[in-house]
Parts: sequence; C-alpha cells; structure tokens
Amino acid sequence: MSGPELGLALSVFLACAVEAVEALTVVLAIGITRSWSSALYGCAAAAAALAVVVLGLGPALTSLPLHVLRLIVGGLLLMFGLQWLRKAVLRAAGLKSRHDERSVFAAESAAATAAERRTLHGIDPYAFVVSFKGVLLEGLEVVVIVLTFGANQHDVPLAAVAAVAAVAVVALAGLAARAPLARVPENAMKFCVGVMLTSFGMFWGAEGAGTSWPGADGALLVMIPAVLLASVGMMLWLRRSASALRTIGDVA
Amino acid sequence: MSRLVRVLRGSWEFIVGDDWLTAAGVVAALAVTALVAGAGVAAWWVMPAAVAALLALSLARATR
Repeated sequence: MSGPELGLALSVFLACAVEAVEALTVVLAIGITRSWSSALYGCAAAAAALAVVVLGLGPALTSLPLHVLRLIVGGLLLMFGLQWLRKAVLRAAGLKSRHDERSVFAAESAAATAAERRTLHGIDPYAFVVSFKGVLLEGLEVVVIVLTFGANQHDVPLAAVAAVAAVAVVALAGLAARAPLARVPENAMKFCVGVMLTSFGMFWGAEGAGTSWPGADGALLVMIPAVLLASVGMMLWLRRSASALRTIGDVA
Repeated sequence: MSRLVRVLRGSWEFIVGDDWLTAAGVVAALAVTALVAGAGVAAWWVMPAAVAALLALSLARATR
C-alpha cells in the first residue's frame, strides 16, 4: 500500500470511527430506553439514505476533470479539517469542554424517557426519527470524506472498505459493551482526523489551483507532521495563555 | 420557512460551520494560489502559509 493510500485508509477509518461512536451513543440510548426494533429501523433507513447520497454524488464527482475535482475537494476538506482542528485544539487546551459520550447518553436517555410513548404500525415514531437523524447527520460528513478521498485517489473501494471496517468495529464494540464507548480516545482521534483532513485538503487544493508540490506525493510526508506540530504548538501556547490568565485572576 | 431555504441553511451550516471567515479564507487562499501559479511562479507555499494563519486567527477569535 502506497503512502497516500495508507493516509486515505487511515483518515477515513478514524473519521468514520469517531462519527460511528457518536451515532452509536444515540442509537443505544434510544434502543435501551424506547424500542430496539424502532431504533434499528431508523438506523437502516438512514443507511439507505446515505447509500442514495453515495450513488448520486459518487459518479458526479468522479466524472469531473481531475483539477476541478481536486480544487473542490481540497477546499471542502480544508473547511472541514480546519473546523475539526480548531475544536480539537481548543479541547486539548482546556478551553472547550471535551465530548463526553456518557453525558450525551444520559441526556438522550432522559429526553427519550420523557417523550410521549405511542406506536404507529408497530413502530415507535420517536425512536425511529431520533435514531434516523442521529445516524444520518453523523454519516453525512463520513460520506463526504469517503467520496472526496476515494474519488481523488481513484480508489473509492478502499475508502469504502475503511469506512465499513470502522463502523463494524464500533458496532461490535458497542454490542459487546451495551454502553456508550466512553473510553475511546475520541478527542485525540478528532485531533488526528483534523490534521489529516487539513493536510490532504491543502495538498489537493493547491494542485487543483494549478501548482505542484516539491517531491510530488512525498510532500505529504512533510505536510502531515508539519500540520500536527503547528497544531500542537498552538494548543500549548493556548494552554499556557489560559493558565497565565487564571493565575492573574487568582492574584487579582 | 420554505424547504429550499432550510436546505440552503443546512448546507451552509454543514460545509461552513460556525466560522465563515475561515471558509472565506480557504476560498481566497485557493484563488491566490491559482493567480500565483497562473503567473508562472511557484505557488506551493501559499496554502501552508494561509492555513497556518487561518487556524491561528480562528483560534484567536474563539478565545477572545
């Protein structure tokens, strides 16, 4: 497997795993408190909707000329990547609360318990809709990442395999634990995904805009560590600034 | 709210998120890269410089 292929598989796997953990929390909360069958029907319906998006967008993306595809995909990945990276840096610096699956699970369970109970054709509409929305919203970003990475590398099957593997691992772990996967290092994984999306976005965006990188694909081997180092540097600087501000506040 | 407006608003939130300045900066950086490359000058350095600046500015705005 070449470097870019490995980067593609790793990025898609990590991004998918993080989103799958978040979707699993919602489905578990609904399944345990309301109805497993309705929650799973909601999951299946969302998976079908995501498959329709893939079937619609996939051929449209792959039919674009390569430089146009790379410009669009690079821009999209950069927008996503910088959002992921900003939140991850703020969380790691202690300036934003960390994503906690246990508290999300508790909130979803409380809302599901309080909601009105009724059935329609044997299905609990609340359980179906919440499960459907949870999986669809988390899955949409994954679909975009899978399609954009896969189309750019001319290897949608590899991206799809990495995505399915991530969902399978998370689903099996969730089935075994019957509880939200709170011990998964979600914030660290989001940091890594942010670094990968930003690096690949920069690489493909610049190529789509008409430039070429010194060292061609090998430039990624410099860019990924450089983005990671810059992000860690900004995180440490923010952490120190926040600590200094707290100290000043304590003295005052 | 019409369905079209909801779809457009949802797409905006999905792609741009809560920091439109960063998204605009990405578009501007790609445009500058295309202009510099079109002039026949090496332009690979534009995106790394722009991304570092965009992330730093986005973090600064978030912590202000």
